[in-house]
Amino acid sequence: MLKVLSKEEIEEIKTVAKKLRANIVRMIHNAQSGHPGGSLSAIDILTVLYTKVMKQYPDWDKNPDFENRDRFVLSKGHASAAIYSILAHCGYFPEADLLEYRKFGTKLQGHPCCTKLKGIEVSTGSLGQGLSIACGMALGLKLDKKDSKVFALMGDGELQEGSIWEAAMNAAHYKLNNLIGIVDRNRLQIDGNTEDVMAIGDAGAKFAAFGWNVIEIDGHDIEAIYEALEKGKESTDKPTVIIANTVKGKGVSFMENQAGWHGKAPNDEQLAQALEELK
Amino acid sequence: MTEVIKKSARGEYGLTLADLGKTNKDIVVIDCDLSGSTMTKHFKAAFPERFFNAGIAEQDAVTMAVGLSTTGKVPFVSTFAVFASGRAWEQIRNGVCYPKFNVKVVATHCGITVGEDGASHQALEDVAIMRAIPNMTVIAPADATEVREVIKWVAEYKGPVYVRVSRANLPVIFPEGEYKFNPNKAVVMKEGKDITVVTNGETTCEVLKAAEILEKEGISVEVVHAPVVKPLDATTIVDSAKKTGKVATVENHSVIGGLGGAVCEAVCAEYPVKVTRIGINDQFGQTGTANELMAYYGLTGEKLAEKIKGLVK
Repeated sequence: MLKVLSKEEIEEIKTVAKKLRANIVRMIHNAQSGHPGGSLSAIDILTVLYTKVMKQYPDWDKNPDFENRDRFVLSKGHASAAIYSILAHCGYFPEADLLEYRKFGTKLQGHPCCTKLKGIEVSTGSLGQGLSIACGMALGLKLDKKDSKVFALMGDGELQEGSIWEAAMNAAHYKLNNLIGIVDRNRLQIDGNTEDVMAIGDAGAKFAAFGWNVIEIDGHDIEAIYEALEKGKESTDKPTVIIANTVKGKGVSFMENQAGWHGKAPNDEQLAQALEELK
Repeated sequence: MTEVIKKSARGEYGLTLADLGKTNKDIVVIDCDLSGSTMTKHFKAAFPERFFNAGIAEQDAVTMAVGLSTTGKVPFVSTFAVFASGRAWEQIRNGVCYPKFNVKVVATHCGITVGEDGASHQALEDVAIMRAIPNMTVIAPADATEVREVIKWVAEYKGPVYVRVSRANLPVIFPEGEYKFNPNKAVVMKEGKDITVVTNGETTCEVLKAAEILEKEGISVEVVHAPVVKPLDATTIVDSAKKTGKVATVENHSVIGGLGGAVCEAVCAEYPVKVTRIGINDQFGQTGTANELMAYYGLTGEKLAEKIKGLVK
């Protein structure tokens, strides 16, 4: 029997996600650089994952059970504002530090750096590498007979990288049932609509053809995200991919579905409007 | 050099891995459909559960190794040098070296001695492009004995390493059981006073031959074997340059950015004397036997003797 979230839990997650959206916009405004669109599309997924699904230890390697933690790889490393905001929320570092984001000397580098921030498993930012790294983690955990799970969040534009499909083949070949990939299918990338730039087509069908379990959901439906992640953990012989249909820039009206907000910082006025909408 | 005993460097690599695997249970090996050529097949036969074939997917092989290293494993990734260093360069840069993960890339079939497969398979730039990445250690051992000692060290060292291993059977220069690899020290193989020749990999034995030929002609060559191109032991090289006043480098690699480049950087900074870089002159290789190609590109003992003689005059 798969677990389900109570109504209260769902409301609580929605409240947290709204706070994190506001933090993402604040961080990017303060840094005057960063990637709001793909951070906002992914934050509901990350909030469910970190608050309800993953076995994680904000005290990191000081925790005696550290080696048994679940692993998360942000393959779409440009959504750094999203991962930093959820890590701070979970207590990996003080939320006040979020305003260091992208500033000189910070642990909150433009793209996540594992040698500078506890909670980041591997450095990412170069698209197409995260899923393969996650395969290696999943293999290593299996060798050690650990039941930890590995979650890897990819962008949909990232699926244009050939290395993703090398990893897709690898995961099915090695029967990595402890690996759960998530595609943030927001349908936009820097140069425009994914289908115009280099068509992704039916991402789920492609993964299915590579031998994966495929679950397609609304990536902003908290209950659906939770159920898909929990279902992915139950797989016995295959890796699972969740195709999460999302809205780029979700939660900030003027950013929603606008490719232009992929990598642009809001000005003071836009920040004020965004925060008003996220109250 | 009297009686020449030859031994397969890559064979020794595979056998060493298999030996180390007995005591170090964290060693895992990833190959890209070339385990019969890189000789990781020896490890595969001994420890099938710790051997992973990535198939013909070098990028995936390297990043999979990154993931394995995060779980405490010591991954060795092997394929031909041209693919290991070239195809997966950015995975090595961003995935391995930036976070300084404990991933070892041991690439076989380096340089011109790949032979008949021709230019597409002859890595002549791998040292240059690996050396340019921060946190990377780059090693080019000279014979089977040194391969074994280097691999033993690499397995213990924590951090990224690139090792280039020849396809050829190489004359044994270092007696087994007597040689101890020191990662911080270049080896003065022969003392001399007229010129310093710095070399590594499979040209070390050729330079020794050249020095022997020249000795008979009254030219005294100091031969410095520098297996570790990065971090380079500049002290030994500069000290030798101070003694001889002339430097040449010899390598089975492009003259751009490899050992020659590294030696120029060190000598230039500390004791500027003329450095002549001998290697492959900014060109691609071609099909032929290893011996034919070594002679054509001027890397045999005889050809090197001629060239070095011209530098001393």
